[in-house]
Amino acid sequence: MSSWPILSLVTFLPLVGALFCLVVNGPKEAVDRNCRSVALLTSLVTFLISILLWVRFDPTKAGFQFEENLAWVPALNIGYHVGIDGISLFFVLLSTLLTPICILASWESVKVRVKEYMVAFLVLETFMVGMFCALDLALFYIFFEGVLIPMFLIIGVWGGKRRVYAAFKFFLYTLLGSVLMLLAIIAIYWHVGTTDLPTAMEKLNLPFTWQCWLWLAFFASFSVKVPMWPVHTWLPDAHVEAPTAGSVILAGVLLKMGGYGFLRYSIPLMPEATQYFAPLVFGLSIVAVIYTSLVALVQEDMKKLIAYSSVAHMGFVTIGAFVMNMQGVQGSIFQMLSHGIVSAALFLCVGVVYDRMHTREIAAYGGLVHRMPRYAFTFLFFTLASVGLPGLSGFVGEFLVLLGAFKANTWVAFLAATGLILGAAYALWLYRKIVFGELTKDSLKGILDMNKREIAVFLPLVLLTLWMGIYPNSFLDPMAPAVDKLIGDYQAALKLARTAALAP
Amino acid sequence: MILGLESWVLARPEIFLAAATGLLLIYGVVRGEVATPFVSVMTSVVLLATAVLLFMPYREGTAFASLFIVDRLTTTMKALVLVGSAIAILMSRAYFEQVKAWRFEYPLLVALATLGMMLMISANDLMSLYVGLELQSLALYVIAAFQRDSVRSTEAGVKYFVLGSVASGMLLFGASLIYGFCGGTAFVQISRALLDGRGAEIGTTIGLVFVVAGLAFKVSAVPFHMWTPDVYEGAPTPVTALFAVAPKIAAMSLLVSVLMGPFKPLFGQWQQIIVVASVLSMALGAFAALRQQNIKRLMAYSSIGNVGYVLLGLASGSEKGIEAVVFYLAIYLVMTLGVFATILMMKRRDVMLENISDLAGLARSQPMMAFAMLIFMFSLAGIPPLAGFWGKLYIFIAAVEAKLYIPAVLGVLASVVASYYYLRIVKVMYFDEPAEEIDRPVFGINRAVALVAAFLVAVFSLLPQPLSLIAAAAAKGLFS
Repeated sequence: MSSWPILSLVTFLPLVGALFCLVVNGPKEAVDRNCRSVALLTSLVTFLISILLWVRFDPTKAGFQFEENLAWVPALNIGYHVGIDGISLFFVLLSTLLTPICILASWESVKVRVKEYMVAFLVLETFMVGMFCALDLALFYIFFEGVLIPMFLIIGVWGGKRRVYAAFKFFLYTLLGSVLMLLAIIAIYWHVGTTDLPTAMEKLNLPFTWQCWLWLAFFASFSVKVPMWPVHTWLPDAHVEAPTAGSVILAGVLLKMGGYGFLRYSIPLMPEATQYFAPLVFGLSIVAVIYTSLVALVQEDMKKLIAYSSVAHMGFVTIGAFVMNMQGVQGSIFQMLSHGIVSAALFLCVGVVYDRMHTREIAAYGGLVHRMPRYAFTFLFFTLASVGLPGLSGFVGEFLVLLGAFKANTWVAFLAATGLILGAAYALWLYRKIVFGELTKDSLKGILDMNKREIAVFLPLVLLTLWMGIYPNSFLDPMAPAVDKLIGDYQAALKLARTAALAP
Repeated sequence: MILGLESWVLARPEIFLAAATGLLLIYGVVRGEVATPFVSVMTSVVLLATAVLLFMPYREGTAFASLFIVDRLTTTMKALVLVGSAIAILMSRAYFEQVKAWRFEYPLLVALATLGMMLMISANDLMSLYVGLELQSLALYVIAAFQRDSVRSTEAGVKYFVLGSVASGMLLFGASLIYGFCGGTAFVQISRALLDGRGAEIGTTIGLVFVVAGLAFKVSAVPFHMWTPDVYEGAPTPVTALFAVAPKIAAMSLLVSVLMGPFKPLFGQWQQIIVVASVLSMALGAFAALRQQNIKRLMAYSSIGNVGYVLLGLASGSEKGIEAVVFYLAIYLVMTLGVFATILMMKRRDVMLENISDLAGLARSQPMMAFAMLIFMFSLAGIPPLAGFWGKLYIFIAAVEAKLYIPAVLGVLASVVASYYYLRIVKVMYFDEPAEEIDRPVFGINRAVALVAAFLVAVFSLLPQPLSLIAAAAAKGLFS
């Protein structure tokens, strides 16, 4: 069945679901119900098919698998070239896993314009999956930017009070970064004559100054997406104003696009510039880890706190990606996956109480453990996963990144490690304020614990977090050859550049 | 000088259009006002038939002792102009009936303007260039003021006329300088004079600057854009729709054939001018539109910005650049017609609306209309995967290849600023609370145009290849 275009199927099946939703007509109740079901069903089927990718994935190969290569715009030498390797495999799975969870999580909380909401989510899924599969720079850019359209609508239509501001800030910030990347892509196209990524990796041999400019252009786009300090300010706004499911996708998948972009594009295409700019990335990441952790400590809004914690966690990701050794890069990818699940779950936890109380103020809560034991357990579980308790997923990623960083630069490792302590401080503080203490507030006296649907939302995430924490090898092994190749190519390119520099 | 049959064959679309327009004019005069619906529909049909004549059979060459040229580029541009004009006429009926200015002269004036545009596009001599340009302009001055009892419309007409005359004067002055220094008005003569060094004097360059200024006025490139917002706002909406597409495309085509034709040897001189005009247009189009409340005025600034991108393609001076120009203009035509068709559908209690705030909550009352507008806006903003993105990609590829790095960077930054006001329209439609309900659009030609345009944008988004083949063939015509 290898002739089956599984990747295209996974990418475009959600779009089919979206078209279905669009043509659904009738009384509002029925339309809403049908759209929810269609969306959930499509995203579940998509997820099941994407599991096939993992099953059929050959973990010993370093190159791209499930490749499909069609001429799309021959006039510009742009192809529809998709494929995945060990690095992108799990990001595809993450996207397809989180989408049904998001749809399930917004089953009751989204009441207006359900049809448009479901369409937006399904279109978003197509763009996300397509972005992780793309092996053509132009195709990648199209998916990368295309994500903005549904996300803009999700924040703007179903968001909170300052949703318009947040939607615009999100859109313009990311767009500003991306357009510079577009120019860099055009420059690469001009140098190699095609936008095909494997060809570009092979043939592209840019002089150092060019590499630096292009690296910075890519950096402008990816650093906003990660987000790195100081261009992270769109994130707290977007997270706070987005509906729960929007935050989940933002934190779970969209932030990973930046880290993935570094690994897939910046490092292999511009190795010398990568080495040159690595200290800059370390510096910004350390600031992000420490500064945003401190900022998180003083937040009054639950979502904002988690948003800042995301920036801190993504700081680890960028450190790991740029230390360029096996532990660091694997840790970086693992940290992204773990963060994708844990922070998504944390936002869902906020969503659970927000649906009941319609406030995100930390001060409005307290003593929830008395009324909501199941919720208290789930929240604690993910808080600890986020803090990095050994045995849960967060630990593996952070540990590997620190290990890699220690090999490369002791100071980077030392300063990054302080983030762990601060992370524990704000996460446990948040937990104490919300869940522990006496239940004194009248408004909370009648609050109900999680229902079956909500348990169904969290259960897969809990299991996955445990799995990733206890037996990380099932995730690390398939990515190892690809990471190995990435580092090997990088070292080879640097060596080549050095010999070239020494030659008369 | 013997005018062979070949000349007449090459010019047959123009001759057909002129003859048909004359016949329809006689018919209109004889029958009076009752003839209006028939004349209107027939004019559209004639324009489309002319477009078909362009290709059946397709011929290339120069005619009338080199006054007139037909090649792939001119044919493609003429086809775009004809389609734009034909659809603009179809779109106008509801509006003019509303304001009680539904008269048979309107479609005929549009047809005459289109004839002028076709002559402009095919001009191969400064004389025929000027004649075509004036035929176009005079007809357009009249239709800008076509809604006679509206002060805004007449004001728009007068403004357009006065400023347009100044531009024509500049162009004529530049042409006379060029004639003086190169010893001829034919493009071939000018080109030869420049190549063998006779004409390469400062006087020619000054003449060229004046000619470019005159043409920049017609495409409304900064700093000759001042008339655009006022005329766009004041003119009746269907006329604005026409202004936004047909004359723009025609004048841009003329600019391309003048600069890439006889003045190719002076590339170094005119490139600077075009780059500056391009960057300024992109910037002004982006920043000045930010605070507009009137959607027609906003579209005026949007068109200035779009012209900036097209000029960037021209400034690269390469085959790729001209390809980009054709590609961009074709997509621009579709998007702009779609937007204006949507604007023409906006009515509340039978009053035409043109403020952005009137669109509030459109997504809930008219989801189809809002969705079409959403596609146009994201496409105009150049957000992938929509068609507008391909246009911009083409332009920037050409610019980067021509080493115009700084203008390219400024261009993409301007596109980010511009995306703000396109998004603002989406925001008003989708995020804001519904304003008073907008009339349900009757199933009419405007609705059909909007839907077809949205559909075409979607098709071009997914399959840009056919369009890029057409653009490539057109650009090749200029370089062979």
